Amino acid sequence: MAKKISILIVDDEESVRDSLYNWFIEDGYRVESAENAKKALSMLESDNFDIILADIKMPGMDGLEMLKRIKALRKDSIVIVMTAFATVDTAVQALKDGAFDYVTKPFDPDDLSHLIRNASKQISLIEENEILKEKVVSLEDVENLIGNSEAMHRVLREIESVAQSNASVIITGESGTGKELVARAIHANSPRKFFPLISVHCGALTESLLESELFGHEKGAFTGAVYNRKGRFEMADSGTIFLDEIATIPPKMQVELLRVLESKSFVRVGGNKEITSDFRVICATNRDLKSMVEKGTFREDLFYRLNVVNINVPPLRERIEDIPLLVDYFIKKYCTSMNRPLITIDSSALKRLEGFPFPGNIRELENMIERAIVVGNGRKITLKDLPLGKAIVNTTVESLDDLEKNHILMMLSKYRWNISAAAKALGIDRVTLYNKIKKYNLKPAQR
Amino acid sequence: MSLENIILISFGYFENELLEKVVNDVAREFSIPVKTREGHLDLSAFYEPTRRQYDGNRLLKAIDLGFATDTDKTLGLFNVDLFIPILTYIFGQAYLNGRCGIASLYRFSNERYGIKKDDKVFVDRFRKEVIHELGHTFGLIHCHNPVCVMHSSTYVEDIDQKGHQLCEKCKIQLENNKG
Repeated sequence: MAKKISILIVDDEESVRDSLYNWFIEDGYRVESAENAKKALSMLESDNFDIILADIKMPGMDGLEMLKRIKALRKDSIVIVMTAFATVDTAVQALKDGAFDYVTKPFDPDDLSHLIRNASKQISLIEENEILKEKVVSLEDVENLIGNSEAMHRVLREIESVAQSNASVIITGESGTGKELVARAIHANSPRKFFPLISVHCGALTESLLESELFGHEKGAFTGAVYNRKGRFEMADSGTIFLDEIATIPPKMQVELLRVLESKSFVRVGGNKEITSDFRVICATNRDLKSMVEKGTFREDLFYRLNVVNINVPPLRERIEDIPLLVDYFIKKYCTSMNRPLITIDSSALKRLEGFPFPGNIRELENMIERAIVVGNGRKITLKDLPLGKAIVNTTVESLDDLEKNHILMMLSKYRWNISAAAKALGIDRVTLYNKIKKYNLKPAQR
Repeated sequence: MSLENIILISFGYFENELLEKVVNDVAREFSIPVKTREGHLDLSAFYEPTRRQYDGNRLLKAIDLGFATDTDKTLGLFNVDLFIPILTYIFGQAYLNGRCGIASLYRFSNERYGIKKDDKVFVDRFRKEVIHELGHTFGLIHCHNPVCVMHSSTYVEDIDQKGHQLCEKCKIQLENNKG
């Protein structure tokens, strides 16, 4: 449904306000009026207007001063200034200060209609531009989901099957596996793709900041809240909200979040107006939410509300056959961004990468390739360009058992669960390997 | 309160034949009985000498206060040049979903634009404007359908382009608004 354009008329003459009000209301616009600049600015603090039609000569603050303040408040506002006493100087000044257009009263009815039609077109273009930008980013992100392994094919199939629905999704997986890319791919393939995908990194924000970030705030709600601000839920209207690191949300916010997910409505911090928003929610975590529910640190009702569909992104060690593709992709990406000729990777260096555990997953591989391009000789990535002696990202391995388990799993993946080949590479017999698989409850990646 | 009539009140000289030609179309379009009568207002009180036109806002208020009722939709008909402060002229205006409106035939004759007289075109423009303003009183806003009578018209040429009937969408809206 087309958005209803809203117009604010600012003029000290009641007859002018009434005339414009009646004219625009018949065109189906949402119209409000203010008799002076002060009232208009106060209205703009609590409400959004697409077009502001303002008189230049008004008692108190004049239209030009008001124009500057509106532009400081909202850069994209479309302000049309009107005057009964047109001079070139004031017109030039108004346009310099960011007015969309300038008209002299009284004007021809057709001019007024043209003026508003042009302003409406401008609004559509601004919105379309935002949507297209978002779309381009989304498409790039889908391209970034590189992999030809069965494990990645499974993830892609799951993305495809869930994208068209409106179901909540939890994406699980270790750090650096590309959970946000999966979220972007779901959004880009959904009917909501022409609307925004809004990401919130819950773990990076304190409880009070998170509340203001998610729900928005009214001017004066707290120190530093100098403007009204839309929250992420409001921004995600008609689109998708991606809540990364959902497990880090404090208990009080978990209650709030559950309420918002159920009602799709909320109130800005410091406000009293109920705001509704139509969004789809996608979450991601590297923690085991189910065990957090059992321990009582994550609300069970919230977990079930979010966990309609679960997509598990495999760690890189379970899809080592994708490493050559990923290396090739990152070489192209960074050589292009650094404006360097394309280089290749030495086969022995690639082999070592395939045997590396990558506790930081794809992010770690990406960092490694970027670094190798920066420090390398500019022709070929060799072993000496790769910091394979230690992991770049903090490892999640906590014990010797963990280390053994991860290494065995990596070797099994490398040899596609061919037990004989993996056992030979590990230097142990098949029975020992079977026993280790049983001990660590190892299973092939889901197909 | 149920709606009883549409009342067309003419101020100044109007040929009976002209009103008769319009009444049937109005009644058919809104499915409500239409009555006509003469009204008296001292129009000099609404004259703005600097613009040599009549103040449409004040006339609309005068119709609302002195002639309109809650049980009817009332349209004041004039043959003077109307303006509102912000615009150089208007053909008419009405309270959206209100009880009254105004319309003037002043700008509908071809002769005013240096073109050969055409009575048929003149009546047609007047008929469309009357239905258009009454449509607003029934809560109808401007329609994007170019042939719908509720399509916005700022020049007489625009009026000539559209039809004198409501489009299907506006008809449905009208029935919903009438309740």
